[in-house]
Amino acid sequence: MHSVGDAIVVEGLVKRYGEAMALDGLDLRVPEGSVFGLLGPNGAGKTTTVRILTTLLRPDAGTAAVAGLDVTSNPADVRRRIGMAGQFTALDYTLSGRENLVMFGRLQRLGRRQANRSADRLLGEFGLTEVAGKAVSTYSGGMARRLDLAAALVATPTVLFLDEPSTGLDPPSRLELWDLLEGLVASGMTLLLTTQYLEEADRLADHVAVVDHGRVITSGTPDELKRRMGGERVDVHLADPADLDRAVTALRPIAAGEPVVDAAAAVVGVPAPAGASAVIAEVVRALDRHHVAMSDISTHRPTLDDVFLAVTGHTP
Amino acid sequence: MTTTAEGRGRRHGAGTATRRRAPDAGSRWSELAWALSDAAVMTRRNLIHTVRVRALWPFIIVQPVTFVLLFALVFGGAIDLPGGGSYREYLMAGVFAQAVAFTTYPTAVGVAFDMQLGLIDRFRTMPIHPSAMFIGRTLGDLGRMAISITVMALCGLSVGWRINDGFARAAGGFALLALFGYAMSWIGAYLGLTARSTQAAQSLPMLWLFPLTFVSNAFVPTQHMPGVLEDVANWNPVSSVAAATRTLFGNPHPFADPDSFPAQHSVLLTVLWSVALTVIAAVLCTRRMRAVAR
Repeated sequence: MHSVGDAIVVEGLVKRYGEAMALDGLDLRVPEGSVFGLLGPNGAGKTTTVRILTTLLRPDAGTAAVAGLDVTSNPADVRRRIGMAGQFTALDYTLSGRENLVMFGRLQRLGRRQANRSADRLLGEFGLTEVAGKAVSTYSGGMARRLDLAAALVATPTVLFLDEPSTGLDPPSRLELWDLLEGLVASGMTLLLTTQYLEEADRLADHVAVVDHGRVITSGTPDELKRRMGGERVDVHLADPADLDRAVTALRPIAAGEPVVDAAAAVVGVPAPAGASAVIAEVVRALDRHHVAMSDISTHRPTLDDVFLAVTGHTP
Repeated sequence: MTTTAEGRGRRHGAGTATRRRAPDAGSRWSELAWALSDAAVMTRRNLIHTVRVRALWPFIIVQPVTFVLLFALVFGGAIDLPGGGSYREYLMAGVFAQAVAFTTYPTAVGVAFDMQLGLIDRFRTMPIHPSAMFIGRTLGDLGRMAISITVMALCGLSVGWRINDGFARAAGGFALLALFGYAMSWIGAYLGLTARSTQAAQSLPMLWLFPLTFVSNAFVPTQHMPGVLEDVANWNPVSSVAAATRTLFGNPHPFADPDSFPAQHSVLLTVLWSVALTVIAAVLCTRRMRAVAR
């Protein structure tokens, strides 16, 4: 049975910090070669999960296996198969970028020549060749992040863990990082990443599990999750709240499903699963035909908050 | 090397079965070879720091020179040794002993800083033996200490300190200093690992390092210390190192009771203290590394 197995299997994971339950029976299954997004607010248990899977922390109960190896009974072998980049870059700032990569490669049991070759290849792929010989202390935040990711990859891990990879990055660096990660995924590595942003999970992950209070509250593909929340929406803010009924009548033919009405705010939301841009012109024309005046119009993309609202009825 | 190849190979269909003990953990010998390789990589890293971080140079070179000159010139003529002999010659071994004892400090700060940077955690996700991490750190700091001691010795020679018992015995003296300094460095590794913050690692060792080095025969003979303090000072490892070094350098080493055990067996005591402290600190460090994972 050497078809596709599970790269990560987590069952009933529990971790307590004193009184606080960081993990409360977490279950996960990540197929080999897939990208799995662990989505949740701060303190949901994402980092704790990653720390257990990367052998940094022992669970109080439950089991976790990475690449078929139990993380508590066989951490040494797990360590040979994983790469990990945490929320904050963990680099030696005195050494050069290249020296960092060679050091991490050697510590992950690459031969000297192999470590050098792997370091040079990654520096090239990550656009760091020009600064390869410079001390990491001179790097920009984006460069350090890329080097940190390269450090996790230097020994070509089977399973890669990224804990909030885009934390602290400006938007251009974030896009750059996403491009890099998409390239990795194409190479067939299993990737588990944590994020607070639905957008990030949507862009990168095949599968998403939403975590809250140390438990998976829902899971599925990003599309499934978004569909459950109605996807994007065009929100029309009415100039006169008295127009509410007329506006709903005008917009009903355009909306996928029933328009969402917030009477108190005098806002009518038009669900647009195919994207807000596809319907926004039609919305304006329809309101115009029905002589409904707007004070504002905006598009709304589903966020983690919406996922929570849809699943639990409250925001995190 | 087969370990590497297999360890790196992508494992398809590993499935969910949990395996005990390594399908690919190599033999004991190859594990040992990797541990040595890890330690070498870590040592190299620390030595590169010594060379590149210029902010460290004053501590490595200027401070030892200042200490030798201060003690030799300011106190050098002020104290008469019981039983005669040159106080300046007596003093040098004490200054050496203090300097090596203070190796605790850079190691503690270095380890605490690595913790703060998240490097220790990153190392812990790699197949590195925990002790290799600290062996690298402490050996690197030993290299730094060797530079300081060399500078101090040259400085001492320029202000009248002499080796009177031949080169071989003096080399033994320096070896004992290195051994004791290495033990103190391991203590620093543990303190760095358990420090709440880098700031704590910077300030806490100073609280006990000064009493440790001053309540000893490093700077003055213990004869004039009040009762209990004198006993503590006589058995203080710093006293053993200083006394052993004095013996091996052929410098004066007056003891109130020349027949006492610490006076008679300073070399043995130094070795015992050093080995014991190293082993205890190494065990604590390794246990701590595993305990963090709980």
